[in-house]
Amino acid sequence: MRFEWTVALRFLREGGLQTLLIIAGTTVGIAVIVFISAFLGDLQSDLIRRTLGVQPSVIVRPAEEIARPLHQAAGVTALDQVQARAQRLRSVDQWQALQAELEATPGVRAVSPVAAGPGLVTRGDANKSVTITGIVPARYVAVTRLDEKIVAGGLPLNPGDVAIGTDLARDLGVAIGDKVRLSTPTSPGDAYQVRGIYDLGQRGLNRAYAYVTLPTAQALLNLPGGVSSVEVAIEDLFGAERFAAALQAKVPHEVESWMKANSQLRTALDNQTIMTLLVRFFLALVVAIGVASVLIVSVVQKTREIGILRAMGASRGRILRVFLVQGALIGASGAVMGSACGYLLTAVMSNFVRADDGTPIFTAHFDAMLFGYTVLGAIVLGLIAAVMPARRAARLDPAQAIRL
Amino acid sequence: MTTPIIDLRGVCKSYNPGTPVAVEVLHGIDLAVCEGEFACLIGPSGSGKSTLLNLIGLLEWPSAGAYLLKGRPIEQANDDERTRARLETLGFVFQFHHLLPAFSALENVMMPGLMRYGAYTAAQRASAAELLAAVGLGDAMHKRPNELSGGMQQRVAIARSLALAPDLVLADEPTGNLDTHTADDVFALLRQFNETRRTAFIIVTHDPRLAARCDREIELRDGVLVNDAARKR
Repeated sequence: MRFEWTVALRFLREGGLQTLLIIAGTTVGIAVIVFISAFLGDLQSDLIRRTLGVQPSVIVRPAEEIARPLHQAAGVTALDQVQARAQRLRSVDQWQALQAELEATPGVRAVSPVAAGPGLVTRGDANKSVTITGIVPARYVAVTRLDEKIVAGGLPLNPGDVAIGTDLARDLGVAIGDKVRLSTPTSPGDAYQVRGIYDLGQRGLNRAYAYVTLPTAQALLNLPGGVSSVEVAIEDLFGAERFAAALQAKVPHEVESWMKANSQLRTALDNQTIMTLLVRFFLALVVAIGVASVLIVSVVQKTREIGILRAMGASRGRILRVFLVQGALIGASGAVMGSACGYLLTAVMSNFVRADDGTPIFTAHFDAMLFGYTVLGAIVLGLIAAVMPARRAARLDPAQAIRL
Repeated sequence: MTTPIIDLRGVCKSYNPGTPVAVEVLHGIDLAVCEGEFACLIGPSGSGKSTLLNLIGLLEWPSAGAYLLKGRPIEQANDDERTRARLETLGFVFQFHHLLPAFSALENVMMPGLMRYGAYTAAQRASAAELLAAVGLGDAMHKRPNELSGGMQQRVAIARSLALAPDLVLADEPTGNLDTHTADDVFALLRQFNETRRTAFIIVTHDPRLAARCDREIELRDGVLVNDAARKR
């Protein structure tokens, strides 16, 4: 292969501006592909985190109660009209055993029991309906990262403390340390001190939840010792549906993943994935076409040289490989420089593009793996692009090529 | 008698055979060239000299007849075999020099060795430098072809054609583009290698002065050998 490498390198060097331009084009194309690839995964998980607020990856609830009609005696036909049962607030059966089992399951990051039900927050004459949510703060934070959303006060709740959202606090005119009354249909309630104020970034969510300790909620909601759901955070966000299906097969409860609960978001994300895949594919296609056209021109320019080499004793295979090597070299150099540019671009974007709350929207995952795949992919791309020009070069008739 | 390097028997060459524009440019050529011969191939334009040279050089296939290269039939060989035979047995010098512009004079002369051995070796470098010195270009061996005059380029081409010590060098009007004085130098160089290395030469030329200085004169007219005479020196 020494001959092929020597001639390919010399031909590229001789190409001068032509070679520089095609390498520049390849670099830009690959830089954008790298940039998109580095961001895509993180952009999506970030979007999910922001949109879902405090929704967990997977939630386990008691199975719905259904009405069972009695069967009639034989020979009698009755047209049943079965009314669906109203779903009362019930506890997840054996939730402590379930929690222990889930924690031992591989892929589970955190498990949090929650007792939630309808209630009212009252201050003076103002009543606001909320979901009274009883949590074990340390566990809940591990699942939902609520602590990152606290804008005033704190989350370590004691019995008698409540955490509410910014919009609810404004509606009621309360600040940290003020007292509000929490009541439920089953309990006249009591006064609770506002200990924390959170901001989930959505007005609806900021009015929805009043967080109290688990025992407090159990008392208010008449669920002694019980929880209304067990929330699970798993490592692989996009594996939630698979995880939920596997869990559903094992437990007599209702299991739901964020993907099913937010099918629109999921569809949007899938569309985004397909779109970026398409963009990357067409970028690669454009790069390949560019490399191919430059090499085709090079074959025409070098017709006489190819003829001389053939007359001197270079076989068709060798001429073919000379041009394949050129394609691979263009791809490889474009990949190395494109990765560097892509990395630079991600660094710039991470630093300058930020969300409303000042956190970076992009945090790119740029690792050796992506670099390796890029270089490998670009070499293959260059080789594929070079096939047609190389075959054309190899087919040249030396007698005719020399006469030119 | 030794085996001829090339032995053509009744070789014909047609272009576009089987079509209305078919044309036969060589009609039954019989030609043998042995080791150490110094022959010129003459004839008017369009007589088929270049085609014959390309046939001998395995750049074209004969339409009919037999071709033995060092006793081995080659007319039916595939492209790879012919390419290998070119590399091992033949050298080329063209009218327009045809050096590789991207490579220096030395690299041009080393190119056949790179093809044959797949590497640049110290021995090849030494023998290439020696050849360039022999053609009087010892000082210019790192220059690119476009930095050399026509005569110098042709001398590089001659050195390159001899790099792998071929049995036969085919030269297509090697002096056609050079002034008389330079042409004499180049011709003398070919002669010198013929005598020192016993390399056989077939030289196509239009110059009767040079033709008269060859040992053998092969004359082609309208695709037929009309005269093939050895000349006593």
